Amino acid sequence: MIPGIIIGVIVVVVGIFLWANYNGLVRLRNQVKNAWAQIDVQLKRRYDLIPNLMETVKGYMKHERETLEAVTKARNIAQQASSAGAGERAKAEGELSSALSRLLVVVERYPDLKANQNFLALQEELTSTENKISFSRQFYNDSVLKFNNKTHMFPSNVVASMFAFKAGEFFEVTLAAEREAPKVSFTQ
Amino acid sequence: MWEQIRSNQIRSVVLTIGMGALLILIGYFLGLYFDSAITGLVIAILLWAILSLVAYFQGDSILLGMSRAKKITPDDHPRLYNVVEEMKIASGLEKMPDIYIIDDPALNAFATGRDPNRASVAITSGLLQKLNRDELQGVIGHEISHVKNRDVLLMAMCSVLLGTIVLLAWYGSRFLIFGGAGSRRSSSSGGGGGAQIIILVVALVFMILAPIFAQLIYFAVSRKREYLADASSALYTRYPEGLASALEKLGASTGQLKSANKATAPMYIVNPFRKKGLKASDLTSTHPPISERIRILRAMAGASFNDYDQVYRQVHGGKGVVPAASLAAATVPIATVKLEGEAGELNEIQRARETSDVMWRLDNYKTITCDCGAKLRLPPNFKEPQIKCPHCGRTHKI
Repeated sequence: MIPGIIIGVIVVVVGIFLWANYNGLVRLRNQVKNAWAQIDVQLKRRYDLIPNLMETVKGYMKHERETLEAVTKARNIAQQASSAGAGERAKAEGELSSALSRLLVVVERYPDLKANQNFLALQEELTSTENKISFSRQFYNDSVLKFNNKTHMFPSNVVASMFAFKAGEFFEVTLAAEREAPKVSFTQ
Repeated sequence: MWEQIRSNQIRSVVLTIGMGALLILIGYFLGLYFDSAITGLVIAILLWAILSLVAYFQGDSILLGMSRAKKITPDDHPRLYNVVEEMKIASGLEKMPDIYIIDDPALNAFATGRDPNRASVAITSGLLQKLNRDELQGVIGHEISHVKNRDVLLMAMCSVLLGTIVLLAWYGSRFLIFGGAGSRRSSSSGGGGGAQIIILVVALVFMILAPIFAQLIYFAVSRKREYLADASSALYTRYPEGLASALEKLGASTGQLKSANKATAPMYIVNPFRKKGLKASDLTSTHPPISERIRILRAMAGASFNDYDQVYRQVHGGKGVVPAASLAAATVPIATVKLEGEAGELNEIQRARETSDVMWRLDNYKTITCDCGAKLRLPPNFKEPQIKCPHCGRTHKI
């Protein structure tokens, strides 16, 4: 009778432990997945914005062919890399970010363009999309960190290895080009 | 972050239970004096339940309606919409909150909505034109974190509890002093007159003290939430300076919000009733002093909760404001190069024009920009097929 009760208690405790940890892991894994989807949405939005931007800018910036081509090229490479893993993709997107910021610096030399309503609206969209990319990346990395901690730390790592939860990959943009982005102070 | 919200909820729930206990005691004392304690309890709880239900289901529409806030679409004000969406993404909120603009030159903002899936953010037109992009981001980050941390519901429920206590205590003490006392005493079956008087005195003292206690609890909950929302805003934006400089602008203005009242005060980013030069005393304010909030934000070494908590403890001494469970996070650097944000930034005059355009449009006015630079605002009931510019005389088709 008493051994039966003890075994019963152990089974219940182990069951609750498995249940709670498994659910926690699934919740975090879903959060990581959603966060990744959010990055994806914003990156796609940027691919869509760039042709419009080029169209608007082209007429004004006849002498900046190199800068414009660099943006278009970086965009196409990034779009091709969109099916690759987080690491490779982050690199391509980083290149695109720096090409774009170079373009926005050059824009400062064209007051006519800066007065164009269409361009101003596009610039706001682009600025915001850049912000959204970095905020979604920030949230994704936080989520991955939390998920990875849970898959590596005792006791939840036992459950994680039992059900084969794999640690997530960070989305880090640490290429040299971004850090080299020119610091410019704009006077208004 | 989840741990932080949860343990924070526990602390707030304990305080709220304290207020609930006050309510029950009031009902009990009231009932005790009028024949049966149970009746008093039932009346108190019933009143509270009805008010709570109204606040839960209609609170946000009442608040937005009272402040005459107007809902905007992404096209009305793209920058505001974008900034809210950015903060929604940074906080990991699942649903985009509704955005409202209040046509008022006072500087303020608030968030409302009973849960993160039904949330609204409102900002006055005055604040909207005063803040640059980074500052706006800081303020919206603060409001979104009120939504994310579920402060909105907690504060609404707390203010209902407070309201019920004040209401009961007010009527109760008047009953005890003037009306019911004499007649009730004669109807009770004699004897125990001494005990009756003692109960009367105790009840009266309690009626006077309860609302004061309830208010102190309420203020304590509210202030803690403000600090936490500041910390969260710094974490989301990775740029505490944005909120700090926005608060500086908010602190410098003295305009009072027309549509605010005492019950809704804790919902706003800064206390809508502040007076110039008056440093709000610590216990009796819904908001911490602005200067102190700015000082903490400016002294942060990084953008994490940990950094905020460290400065907070230096300023206040003793315990921090962020619960220990959420402090273990890795170091979070503050963003420095805000390149895109600076390029193409509107100045204050441009923002003022932009905001006034939006406000006219929300009132269904049509705007025609004449070639001479004048702007013609046509009211919704204007039916003429064309109009002459009063400035230069050109005619415009409508």
